[in-house]
Amino acid sequence: MRTAVRTFGPLVAIAALAVLLLVVAPAVLSPFRLNNLGKYCCWAIAAVGIGLAWGRGGMLVMGQGVFFGIGGYAMAMHLKLEAAGPEGVPDFMMLYGDGTMPVWWEPFRSGAFTLFAIVALPAVAAAILGYAIFKRRVKGAYFAILTQALAVVFATLLIATIQETGGFNGLNQFTFFFGYNLYDPVNKKMVYSIAAALLIGCLVVVWQLYRSRFGELLVATRDAEERVRFLGHDPANVKLAAFVIAAVMASIGGAMFAPIAGIISPSDVDATASIFLIAGVALGGRALLLGPALGALAVGYGRSSLSESFPDQWTYFLGALFIVVILLFPAGLGSAFGRAAALVPLPRRKETTS
Amino acid sequence: MDSFTTPLLAGTATGALLLIAALGLALTFGQMGVINMAHGEFLMAGAYTAFLTQQVVTNADVSILVALPAAFVVAGLLGLLLEVTVIAWMYRRPLDTLLVTVGVGLFLQQLAKDVFGAQGDPVRTPSWLEGNLPVFGYHWPYRQMFTIVLAVVALAALAALLKYSSFGRQIRATVQNRDLAETVGVRTRAVDRITFFVGSGLAGIGGVAVSLISGTNPRLGTAYIISAFLVVVAGGLGQLKGTVIAAFAVGIATSFFADWTSASMAQVATFALVVVFLQLRPQGLFTVRSRGLA
Repeated sequence: MRTAVRTFGPLVAIAALAVLLLVVAPAVLSPFRLNNLGKYCCWAIAAVGIGLAWGRGGMLVMGQGVFFGIGGYAMAMHLKLEAAGPEGVPDFMMLYGDGTMPVWWEPFRSGAFTLFAIVALPAVAAAILGYAIFKRRVKGAYFAILTQALAVVFATLLIATIQETGGFNGLNQFTFFFGYNLYDPVNKKMVYSIAAALLIGCLVVVWQLYRSRFGELLVATRDAEERVRFLGHDPANVKLAAFVIAAVMASIGGAMFAPIAGIISPSDVDATASIFLIAGVALGGRALLLGPALGALAVGYGRSSLSESFPDQWTYFLGALFIVVILLFPAGLGSAFGRAAALVPLPRRKETTS
Repeated sequence: MDSFTTPLLAGTATGALLLIAALGLALTFGQMGVINMAHGEFLMAGAYTAFLTQQVVTNADVSILVALPAAFVVAGLLGLLLEVTVIAWMYRRPLDTLLVTVGVGLFLQQLAKDVFGAQGDPVRTPSWLEGNLPVFGYHWPYRQMFTIVLAVVALAALAALLKYSSFGRQIRATVQNRDLAETVGVRTRAVDRITFFVGSGLAGIGGVAVSLISGTNPRLGTAYIISAFLVVVAGGLGQLKGTVIAAFAVGIATSFFADWTSASMAQVATFALVVVFLQLRPQGLFTVRSRGLA
């Protein structure tokens, strides 16, 4: 009984979240709120990956915006080309350039290629960078700083290439999502459902990873990398796998973000955006299964509602959130609740122990 | 000759700025393992101190000389405040200090935006820094040369402090072995606080230099912090010479890349260069040898 609760309890929690997001939310929320919730789901997908890399793997990934951006821009390029029609050229290229399209845009006309690229591009990029970093045993703060530098470089590059990527404005004004008109509320709801379903899917994936041998090895690497090495494993491979999975999840989140938000721009993927993604993970509890996702949903909601009422004060809240959470609840609010609950002697606990 | 001297000399000035910013970082990172991401905002505080000093001392020729010590004290006190209120509570959690100071940085940036406005303010150049020196066809602005002088003076002062003063010996003892230093009577916590004051103060000096070149701006710190950290990473910890070489190498390399391609491509190239360099020397240029496993 006890092991069954421990094994399948998390699955029940994921199922409850699935019901909330996929059944309850579409029924009760207005289309505008539902669309916002869709955005939070996209951030939460990226946050689940950060939970894997940072919470379980001990790698503070401060540049997940880059992978979020790779997925987001890949999807946005496809939507842009879909809006332009066959043989068409995205509108901003006429505006800022001479109306010729760079060759590397061409494959994104194909929806299948785009979906492939959303998974493959971040995986390859993360694998190359991760291999270079982990194999040489660069870790801790050095790793964090390198990933943040990557985010800065990525955003700078996007802003500089206005003719190819829309520059500071990013890519926006999408009309179709794989043939479905995005102005139709029914289709909007469908896009939201896909994002929410992907979030649930990612949670199931990390649930399985956490209870696998790989998950054990990852936590062991986080807590005592040298001992793992002495036992004959290569910690670099373990970390690399977690980093690549986290990158792919961020990319999937970004890919769904573009059609839901209707825009992807450098400010969605730069260093500040990457830090924003971490905020949710830190708040919810980095090493927990549901912590990162719930934290990201909460921070996303906080951002929307606070920027509605105090547009400029949001940054103060984000800053204060980091200071308070990391200083007082380093394991996140989820763990704090868990510890508080453990202090209360629940009758159920007695049953299971007897 | 022009395409060589221009990036070389301008890059040396950039390197000098990076050096001032990185010196303080290397000091706090090296000694306490604290990664202070708000260091860039201390740079910004220094720039705004220069701006405010000019409002009080309207003579630009004199105000800059007042601003330098003032900025040192302002940024230093900010650092001290940060150390006492936040960082003191989280030693041995280096990655967490990184995140907390990110939060502090965001906070200070927004504060500057609210107090001084999102647009930057210009800082007038003193007349004795107007003009330039022609070197092989490049008109080298005195302002850039001033930055280099400032960096060299800051470096010399810091090196002398570390090498010859008894306080410097205490710092080095704390860096090398905190527990042992404590055992022989070094008050390591007091040393930490003063180190943080000095390290942050150096950022203030850097901020004054930046303000002469590009004025003030709430986001000024973010432009330098990442490069400064790359310098610290590439230079290795524990020895100033690594930081010095890395700062000028990064500054000059960025300047050449920018000359050959564009400013944004230069950032990409510099980042790639640092990653490749870490393949060769994962611990940075120089490092204190130890038998530790890390």
